[in-house]
Order: sequence, then structure tokens, then C-alpha cells
Amino acid sequence: MSSLLIQNGTIIDPSQSLEAKRDLLIRDGKIEAIGEGLNAADAEVFDATNLIVAPGFIDLHVHFREPGFEYKETIESGARAAAAGGFTSVCCMPNTKPINDNSAVTSFIVEKARVANLVNVFPIGAITQGSKGEQLAEIGEMKKAGIVGISDDGKAVCDAGMMRRALEYAKDFALPVIDHCEDCCISPGWAMHEGEYSARLGLKGLSGAAEDLQVSRDIQLAEITGAHIHIAHISTAKSVDFVRQAKKQGLRVTCEITPHHFTLTDAAIYERSYDTNCKMAPPLRSQADLEACLEGLSDGTIDAIATDHAPHHANEKALEFDQSPNGIVGLETAVSLTLDHLVHRKIISLSRMVELLSTNPAHIFNLGRGTLTTGAVADITIFDPNRKVKIAASEFQSKSRNTPYDGWELTGAPSATIVAGRMIWTAKAR
Amino acid sequence: MPLHRKDLLGIEDLSVEEINLILDTAETFRDINSRRIKKVPTLRGKTVINLFFEASTRTRTSFEIAGKRLSADTINISASTSSVVKGETLIDTAQNLEAMAPDAIVIRHSSSGAPHQIAKYVNSAVINAGDGAHEHPTQALLDALTIRHNKGKFAGLKVAIIGDVLHSRVARSNAYLLSKLGAHVSFAGPNTLLPHGFEKQFANAEGSVRFAANVNEAIADADVVMMLRIQMERQAGGFFPSLKEYSIHYGLNLKRLSLAKPDAIVLHPGPINRGVEIESDVVDGPYSVILDQVANGVAVRMAVLYLLAGGE
Repeated sequence: MSSLLIQNGTIIDPSQSLEAKRDLLIRDGKIEAIGEGLNAADAEVFDATNLIVAPGFIDLHVHFREPGFEYKETIESGARAAAAGGFTSVCCMPNTKPINDNSAVTSFIVEKARVANLVNVFPIGAITQGSKGEQLAEIGEMKKAGIVGISDDGKAVCDAGMMRRALEYAKDFALPVIDHCEDCCISPGWAMHEGEYSARLGLKGLSGAAEDLQVSRDIQLAEITGAHIHIAHISTAKSVDFVRQAKKQGLRVTCEITPHHFTLTDAAIYERSYDTNCKMAPPLRSQADLEACLEGLSDGTIDAIATDHAPHHANEKALEFDQSPNGIVGLETAVSLTLDHLVHRKIISLSRMVELLSTNPAHIFNLGRGTLTTGAVADITIFDPNRKVKIAASEFQSKSRNTPYDGWELTGAPSATIVAGRMIWTAKAR
Repeated sequence: MPLHRKDLLGIEDLSVEEINLILDTAETFRDINSRRIKKVPTLRGKTVINLFFEASTRTRTSFEIAGKRLSADTINISASTSSVVKGETLIDTAQNLEAMAPDAIVIRHSSSGAPHQIAKYVNSAVINAGDGAHEHPTQALLDALTIRHNKGKFAGLKVAIIGDVLHSRVARSNAYLLSKLGAHVSFAGPNTLLPHGFEKQFANAEGSVRFAANVNEAIADADVVMMLRIQMERQAGGFFPSLKEYSIHYGLNLKRLSLAKPDAIVLHPGPINRGVEIESDVVDGPYSVILDQVANGVAVRMAVLYLLAGGE
């Protein structure tokens, strides 16, 4: 097989506490060597001068819509979007049609991803059959077919008894339970975060307490079961604090945050006069919540950045605000938003960014990636922290364009995406 | 002098000058409404579409009469279902109407923000005739015209707005309008039906907006008492236990009204639930200006159509 030599880049790999100017040689899809002045006569050369070379970025939370909603996104178009966003692996949520609650659907996703032959697509199985919260799905069988975690994402598991059994059962298969934390009863039919702006806009609000109630409930369930709970898309100040305390207690609680929850607040819906591209679950929260999330990112409470990439067709987002579906696409803007809003604003370091996007996600879901140690699979993300970009939704690889970031000018962007030693994407502008 | 804006979507972004311009223009149209021949050629050749996604008799009729008295061609469309049920997006609906080149589109919709979304896609003037729980600007303007006629001013007036403020576009539009003109607004109602946080934005307003401790406190010494309609389905939503309890604790009766100033006036946007939020002897009593509101509604809507649909 071929060889690839990445020269003159700065390698940042928190898994081996490495941050230095080094060359990196890939052979047969594996990391062969890292060193200074490496030579390989037979290798293709990639010049990474002024670029960062990192273990491949992993998005723990995407919706690829196939099977069932191929008009929004397919596994192939989603994988292209991931590659163009600098991601080498994604974990796709089970709320397809049919729902990924059995091994047949899991195998279908695995096969589609194999044919697409781009990024690694790791399926997440449903916790309960049909994600209805009533009866456990065949988690063991799905694990054999390839799932890396379970979730009823999109809705919460309302019944605490069901959640407890799910945590206990998932432990048998060493799977994390990914928790969409939203109290089911407190505000059915909500359209945005409850606060000053929901009052002004006349939209039904969802209090931050809806998230806090379930985060605190499920941390207590993690404590009595000893199982691993992963809080999806954390968004409130109090929930970040609950996770911080749980970690201090030594519980197996991890969490992720989306770029939109560290870049936008509920004020955006007001400022953009009911722009449905600012509607998602959990909703954009208050400025105080955003600031608490930044603190959680900087002090290590938050483990991962995940996009919650949720493609919707333009026709669906052209509905009334309260009737349009939740979610935005995120794969092709996440790296730029992270660099611009977190690294350049000195909330986190470059090395912490790699931890949030690669080292930690790989570890949390036990994906056997997130490292550039010799012999590891050569999944690599190369990015330029200083390249200026203007987000253009019309150029997205995703089938959908539902982003609030169209036209934003940001500093920092992915440059190349390498999966198992194969360059699957490079930026046009370098 | 025309309004220098394309649309009337809410009171929130209107200036005091614009509000006064609309009210002054409405005064001149009030006179037309008391003439024997109630029609002027001002909007001849102009087309006004009344697009009502939500049932309404009063507001739709009021806009229709306003358009007709200005000689505009007025078309009523009742699209009683939302676009998601119809299978046509809101924006498609807007663009189809726009293709027929109306001069103004009057929109009532049960979703907050729907007129704002449509306004981004059409060149015609969009007039918000009530969007969800957000704003109902022409209602606030007709309320203001009614208050001005009775009180002659706004500065320093005490206005109590009582009831389901949470779901009320009338309450929001009135809070913006009255506080801009220097009045002091007190909201009261069941705590389950108050939009907490709404008052924050008024910290620097000319007048003020606050939540009173209870209905009696809001009404005490008030110059104006505005009762909001209670939607029957709110009881099913669990916001209060029963209509009986609502009427006892939050409704307006003569005893409660006696806490207000002796010359206080009582407003209600209608339709009235007699015996629920307001007793009949209040509705039909000397304080009530409820039917004046209806009359002023036509004049205000004539003014808005005239100023936006380009009467020259």
C-alpha cells in the first residue's frame, strides 16, 4: 500500500503529550513514525508548514437521516460533509425511519458507510424499541452489529425506572448511555429557551430547569448503577455544574457541547426576527448559560465538542417558527467556530481543542482512535488555525443548508482529512 | 406625510412620532365614519388582501370595512389551517400572494412571528393583525386612540392590564405603546399566566411596565383598566383550576373596579366572556368604553392602510 509523509507541521497529540514541530510518516494506513527530518523516498509528501497535524476529529453526535429521510441527508452526503469539516469519524444517532433499534438497521448503516468509503461512521443504537421509552431495544445484538453507544436522542427517556434498567443493561455490553436531557412534562410544545426573549417574542419557552432536572436525575442513576452516562449537548449553567460535581465524586459521567451553544444565545432569535435556523433542541440558552459553558470548556468539565449535525430541508425550515423542526447542520462549521470562538479568544488552548475533538471522544465511546502513536490507525485532521474563511452554506457538502452561520467570517479552518492513511479531502484554499 | 416603513409588524419598533402620526391620521378618519356617505377615494386602484390563518370576526371585518371606506379592493382569504397542515410552506403562500401584486397584506396567524417571516419575502406592505402570543399592533393603536379621547394624554396615566398576559398579543403591544407614551402599566393575573422576564426591557422606558403583586394592587388608583380575554382552553392546559375560581380571584366586578380612580375607564379587546373575566354590569356600565374601541378600530385601520398602502 501507499505511504504518505506529512512534513513541517506542528503535531499536537494529547494522548502522548506531544506538541512539537515533527514529520509524520504513514504506511499501510497506520502511523509508522513521528520524528524530525523524516525521509521516505517512496512516500507522497504533504507540506504542512504553518498547519497543525492532529489525531482525526470525531463527532460524537450527528444525524445522517438514512434510512428514511434521504431528502435531508444520506450517509454518503453526511460523510462528505464530515470530511469537508475535518472529521474522520462520526457517531450517528438512531432517530432514522425505521429507528435504529435492531441489528438489521445497524448493519444497513454500517454497509452504507462501507460503500461510501469516506469517514468512519459508528452507529448509535436506540435505548428503547422505537425510542418510545417502554421496552429495551436489542442492545446486545446491535452491539454485535457495530453500535458504540445507545440513545433515544431527540427525546428523553421519561421514566426513571426505564432509564435505570437501561443503564444497568448497557453496562453488560460496556456501552455508554447517551442522554438527551429534557424533562418531558415541564413544557410540551416549546419553541425556544424560556426567558426575557421568549416573553418578548411570544414563543413558548422551555426553562433551563427541564435540562437540569434530568441531568441531576440521571447522575443519581449513574451513581446507583455504576454505569457510564454521557450527557448529550449540555446547554445550561446548572447542568455543567452538576457534571462538575459528579466528576469530583468520581462517577462515570461525561458530556459534550455543541458549537451553537458556545457561540449563540436566545437573543439571536430576537435579533434575526424568528429565524428558524436558530431553532434547535436544546434551545439556544441565555448569555449566563453560555458563559458557564465556556467555563466548563476551559476547566475540563466538558469532555467533548459534538455538532448535533441535524440536516433539514429548506422547505421544512420555511415554516412558522413554532412549527419548523429543531436542528441545524454543524459538521462544516464546527472546527472554524471552535478555533475562532474558543482558541483565538483564549478560552482553550490548541491542545485542549484536540482533546475535545479527538482524544476524549475516542476514549469516551471506546473507538480505538484519537491517537497518533506508532501503529495506530492513521486517522488525521490537518488544520490551519489562522486561515480566514467566510462560511458559505451554498458550498456545503451536506444536502441541507440550515445553518445560522452563513456569511460569518471566522479565523481558522480544516485543511485536510485523512482516514486510515488515505487523503479523503483537502481544502481548496490553502 | 407617510410612514417611512414598509410594514407594520409590531409596536415595539415604532417611534413616538410614528405612533402619534397614526393616531392623528386616525382622528381624521373618525370623521369620515360619522358621515352619511362613508367612503373616500384615497386608495382607489389599490388591493388589500386580508389573509387570516386564524378565525377572527371582529378584526377581519374591521380591516375589511377600513379598506372599503378608502375605496381599496379588499379580498379576504381564510386559510384556517397552518402551512404545515396544508403542505405549502408559509413562504410559498407569501410568494403566491405577492405574484398577484397586492399593495398591502393584512395577516393574522396563530404562530408568533409568521407576519415577520412573510414580510422578508414580499414587497407589499405587511400589516400584522395579530401573531400568536406576540403582537397585535392595530389593537394597541385603537386602544390608545380610545384612551386619548377619554383622558386627553398618556404621560403619568396608570393602566392596569389584567388576565392572561402570557398568551396575550394585546398585552404586549399595549405595554410597548403605553410605556413609550409615558404611561405606567401594571400587569396582574394568575401567576401561571404571567410572562416573567418581559418587564426587564422597560428599565429605560419613558413610562414603566411592571408586574403587580395582585389584581387589586394593579387596579388601585388606576386611570385605565384593561381586561384580557381568557381563552377557555387555558383551563384544560392547567393554568387555573376553574372558570369560577378565575372569575372570583381575577375577574373584574364593580367592587374591584371601585378601587380605581372615580373616572377610570374599562377596556376589553373582545370578544368578551361575560361573567368570567368581566361582569356584565361592568361591561354595560358607564365606565365601559368597549364599543368605542370597536368604532376606533375602523379609524385606526384606515389610518394604517392609508399610511402604508401609499395614499397620495
